[in-house]
Amino acid sequence: MSERDVIDLLAGLAPGSPLAAIRDRKPVTRQNAQASYRALFEPADLGDVSAQERFAVATFVAGLHAEEEAAAFYADGLASTEPDAAFVVALSAEVVRGRTVGPYGAYPVGPLSREDVDGPVYYVAEAHRAVLGTRMTAALVHVHMLVFHPRDSSAAALQALLDAGWSNTGIVTLSQLVAFLAFQIRAAAGLRILSRSVS
Amino acid sequence: MIVILHPDNHEPVAFTQAMLDWLPWLEPPAEATLTERQRASLVDAARSKSAYFRLLAREPDILEARTRADKDIFFNTSSGLPRAERELAAAATSRHNGCIYCASVHARHATTFSKRAEDVRRLLEEGVGADLGERWNAIVAASVALAATPIAFGEAHVARLRAAGLDDAEIVDVIHGAAFFNWANRLMLSLGEPASAGA
Repeated sequence: MSERDVIDLLAGLAPGSPLAAIRDRKPVTRQNAQASYRALFEPADLGDVSAQERFAVATFVAGLHAEEEAAAFYADGLASTEPDAAFVVALSAEVVRGRTVGPYGAYPVGPLSREDVDGPVYYVAEAHRAVLGTRMTAALVHVHMLVFHPRDSSAAALQALLDAGWSNTGIVTLSQLVAFLAFQIRAAAGLRILSRSVS
Repeated sequence: MIVILHPDNHEPVAFTQAMLDWLPWLEPPAEATLTERQRASLVDAARSKSAYFRLLAREPDILEARTRADKDIFFNTSSGLPRAERELAAAATSRHNGCIYCASVHARHATTFSKRAEDVRRLLEEGVGADLGERWNAIVAASVALAATPIAFGEAHVARLRAAGLDDAEIVDVIHGAAFFNWANRLMLSLGEPASAGA
């Protein structure tokens, strides 16, 4: 029986439960999902992205997904980095401001344009920018796009991150954070829903 | 720092099963400068030819865990869903999120393993509403619901997958395959752009 990992925790799977046992049959998947979490949130070297930035991004991503278990888990992680109270308040307010429904976005102009779906272009409230800082303000704008309308991605969006002080490697880290969370949160939600009808 | 632009690239404007290239918006490490750790993180040595994997190798620990999870979710057939239907979940997720590059790769794999080239072609051309027979329709619908933010996957999707003949381990594979492509699509879409091969 494997140790409980973050996906088990978020999905509410107890060790030895039927779905935990199914997960145990694919130990490489299980171990590397957890190794991915560790690489992003407990790395040997934080490199260009601080622990507080990592958990702040995760709190925003989980909040945008409106997944309570993940939102609480990553909010706890953020709290462990001892952020200013005003930072947490501003971030929570941005979660509420940012919520919408995805995926939306535009395709390169052509036959797929008829499938373009309109949606909001998110920005950080003026009143929150100073407390969040330049780097986090730029990150939240990018993260919102990655969560809800990734097909609107552009080189210009990455240039905005570079201009706000993100390095090339830091952008890879940020992209992996959001993309991994899009996986982890869905895997946990899917398993939780499946577990309700497994005897 | 500035991003890399590709003004002469004509991005593909439709979904296709043809081989595509991918051009990075951030500088990947040159092949000759990859460290031992970066090379190991590629898992397959041949991936050092790929700008996409070299760019991700800026963060080797998360790349290696991501790659090992990816390979096990899709290639480990010791139990669970047939390969073709894992690829179907990946292709449907990519079609819905709008990742032309990812959809091209996994639609090709779905065709190879299922021998149902015509159905895969219709998934790409008509979209995720194409009628592909109830078992495939159930897998596509579950993948699409899981791709939504907030997540729209629910007990009705589980019931439909069961009714189509999938057991719990197979449904876990649908969840993993679809969830994983919410990770892959976001990296592919946001760090560079697709290009017609040989262009």
